[in-house]
Amino acid sequence: MLGAHTVTLSVNGTSYTREIEPTLLLVEFLRETLNLTGTHVGCDTSQCGACTVLVDGRATKACTMLAVQTDGAQVITVEGLAKNAGAGAPGREATLHPIQRAFAKEHGLQCGFCTPGLMITAVDFLERNASPTDAEIRHAIEGNLCRCTGYHNIVNAIRSASAEMRQTAGARPKVAAEVTR
Amino acid sequence: MTATANPTYIGSRVARKEDPRLITGEGTFTDDVMLQGMAYLTLVRSPHAHARIRRIDTEAAKKEPGVVAVLTGKDLEATGMLPVFISVPSMNGSKHMPIATDKARYAGDAVAAVVANSRDAAKRAADLIAVDYEPLPVVVDASKALEPGAPIVHEELGSNLVFTYPVKGGDIDKAFKDAEVRVSQRIVNQRLIPNAMEPRAVTAKFEAGELTLWSTTQIPHFVQLIAALNLGLGQNKVRVIAPEVGGGFGSKLQVYAEELLVGHLAKTLGRPVKWTEERREGYLATIHGRDHVSDVELAAKKDGTILGLRVRTVANVGAYLQAFAPGIPTILHVFIVPGPYRIPAFDYEMRGAYTNTTPVDAYRGAGRPEAALLIERIMDRLADEIGMDPAEVRRKNFIPSDAFPFNTISGITYDSGDYAPALDRALAMADYKGFEKRRAEAKARGNYRGIGISSYVEICGLAPSKANAALGVGWGGYESARIRVHATGAVQVFTGTSPHGQGHETSWAQIAADALGVSPNDIEVRHGDTFESPGMGVGTFGSRSLAVGGIAVHKAAEKVREKVVQISAHLLEASPADVVVEGGKVFVKGVPEKAKSFGDISMAAYLANNLPEGMEPGLEATVYYDPPNFTFPFGTHIAEVEIDGETGAVQIVKYSACDDCGRQINPMIVEGQLHGGITQGIGQALYEGAVYDNDGQLLSGSMMEYHVPSAEDVPAFDLDNTVTLTNTNPLGVKGIGEAGTIGSTPAAVNAVIDALSPLGIKHIDMPLGSEKIWRAMRAAGEGRR
Repeated sequence: MLGAHTVTLSVNGTSYTREIEPTLLLVEFLRETLNLTGTHVGCDTSQCGACTVLVDGRATKACTMLAVQTDGAQVITVEGLAKNAGAGAPGREATLHPIQRAFAKEHGLQCGFCTPGLMITAVDFLERNASPTDAEIRHAIEGNLCRCTGYHNIVNAIRSASAEMRQTAGARPKVAAEVTR
Repeated sequence: MTATANPTYIGSRVARKEDPRLITGEGTFTDDVMLQGMAYLTLVRSPHAHARIRRIDTEAAKKEPGVVAVLTGKDLEATGMLPVFISVPSMNGSKHMPIATDKARYAGDAVAAVVANSRDAAKRAADLIAVDYEPLPVVVDASKALEPGAPIVHEELGSNLVFTYPVKGGDIDKAFKDAEVRVSQRIVNQRLIPNAMEPRAVTAKFEAGELTLWSTTQIPHFVQLIAALNLGLGQNKVRVIAPEVGGGFGSKLQVYAEELLVGHLAKTLGRPVKWTEERREGYLATIHGRDHVSDVELAAKKDGTILGLRVRTVANVGAYLQAFAPGIPTILHVFIVPGPYRIPAFDYEMRGAYTNTTPVDAYRGAGRPEAALLIERIMDRLADEIGMDPAEVRRKNFIPSDAFPFNTISGITYDSGDYAPALDRALAMADYKGFEKRRAEAKARGNYRGIGISSYVEICGLAPSKANAALGVGWGGYESARIRVHATGAVQVFTGTSPHGQGHETSWAQIAADALGVSPNDIEVRHGDTFESPGMGVGTFGSRSLAVGGIAVHKAAEKVREKVVQISAHLLEASPADVVVEGGKVFVKGVPEKAKSFGDISMAAYLANNLPEGMEPGLEATVYYDPPNFTFPFGTHIAEVEIDGETGAVQIVKYSACDDCGRQINPMIVEGQLHGGITQGIGQALYEGAVYDNDGQLLSGSMMEYHVPSAEDVPAFDLDNTVTLTNTNPLGVKGIGEAGTIGSTPAAVNAVIDALSPLGIKHIDMPLGSEKIWRAMRAAGEGRR
């Protein structure tokens, strides 16, 4: 036992204070302490990106960060992408983030394991580049591996989401921008 | 009228029913299962590729805080041996215990187990276990393993030879004697690491005499069967659940040591236990794929007509035979080597060898990509030798469309095929005619441009069960389905298939919807839980799910439909022949205004007070479908590459494919399967490869050293299709899960070799990375500027 540290952070808009081991990774904190299991662990060398979450608005591989480093931070996981996302809530379709709708519409996922990390990476990317080329999209997601889709439909999904996000810019609260960088 | 006569949903791009939970983080994968009081298993794995285990000291580990149990192989013999489901003639099978007791046979072989209250405690304790190893000589290369004096992996077998598998047809000696042209090539099909994005995991609990085991598996029913047999439980007391499974590609087509260990430990410790693989651990402890070295010789006439094909291959099976391993280089490889071509004489001898490496089993395509690479590389060598266009050499030797069903020289029967249209469409998409201009333009830039063709045939749906038995496959070739219509009209489909990304919930709903005249939205498809299934399910692998499991769903739906028609005819006072079932309604032909709802009929089935004379109440049907033959999808893939003249870096600049998988249920899903398969095949051609040193250490031991393709490594794909139905099943479907992987690797390799052909380069083995190409360019006297 290395001694507990107290951290307070916001995850998907809810504030949590927990006593944790200093060695605890952010991804372990999210999955095992908060039971937010939508964020996945696909490797142990930070290659795959399945654990990507937004930390203060920036896409971050949650296996590369200690939970104690996020004291005071605002974290968004896949569970926080949709607004008012109560399980099974009626009319939930309308509350999905454009990137979620686009991944489904363009068949940008198969097994779904890498999907949360890819969507989070895309959200951060599209906040910074509203009209990307396909080459820019491919470069933006090269740190997120997918073994099922061959990326073809993921690129389509991100392009499709960017079009929708441009049209609705201003009307839609920004997931990444609602927290301070 | 049958459902296929007028399909509404079959053939439509229906949105996936799986997606809502997966895009919101609500899907539950095995490692997401968190149970009260759960303990964690960690395995101690041998750092040596081959070493006798002299002594294991567990005392210090046992004293570590939080440790629940420390166990060695001797303590865990109750878990029994790991199963092998295929036996080919004169096979030397290996004894494979979940934890090695006498010696470690590969780096990664488990030698001890720790269970603790937390993952960290288990890992700390595992570090305290002292194993006294006596290192033994190591053999990594399969051909060397078969030489006299090689270290023996399993002493009791006397040699490392697993099997010799000869398949012959026609007069091969005459073919080579008569040949005007002979081409030969040694072709290495390198070892691959599957890398499903979800690492393996197992979680189990034992309550009230019942074991519930969640596992990342493609075959939950086989896991249930073996767990019951090995752990001494009734099969009715073992529930295996494959929840969301994050890709498999064959790597989860096993009954793994960890499944038996976690089940055994949950049962004996009386608390839930979880094991989750770390990626680097998985590189050692999850099966690998491919690893063939082949010598290929082709006899032909000067006009390109093939006379005969002779192949000698050694397949590396690794340190132990895994569940399906004996069938991959044999049944799933040798018979399909002739591909789409009429070959008069064939002589193949496949040998399997044990080595001190991670076991090799099925990886997407499993034997068929190896076959396609052999034949498609040698076809290009022939074209080069006689100065003929590679497309025309292929066309000349294609089995003609009027020759089906076609008995191949290797002894199997292709169901249907029409290969030239797929080739023609792919050539058109690729602007094949305009290629030489693009080659010249690239040359002006100082680069090398090439185009590569691959025409393939694949085998799907291993069946029927009797044919499987004749081949040595120790399981049935059937699949099961149950359809239950509740009183309200809610429809549930239970399938024996176990999808892990393939979208069966959607496709099976489309199939059932057309039969039952309801919307796929009104149909729920449930899978991957042995307590919910029809009873036995074979599982999802070998592109079999649609051609076998999808047909089981279709047949079950047709049975339910027939009962709906009978009840409707009775209630509407009409002849069954005049009843129309569509749009969630039943009515007499021509009288749609007097319709009853589908729910009225299902309610009547359960009220049971006004049914046709002698009819049983209820509305459900169970089908076990055993098909009469395999199915044989086919197609042509064309890759165009440009190689940097300075660095040797390869870029795929255009990729075109025309595939034929028979009738498509959901074209969106078909395309997705192709995109992913093509990318994996390109991965093998250009990027991926497991590398061992001579001591049996895996040098490509993590995602840092092993290059899984990223989005920047592959292009967008241009896809087209032809539709040639099969008579093997009533929907005319064939399967598409592996076609992309089979077609793409030879196309990419042929393109690279074509690009380098002006330098006189005839062949380079995969993966075709920039360094290897740069060296080849330099050796050819070019590329130094």
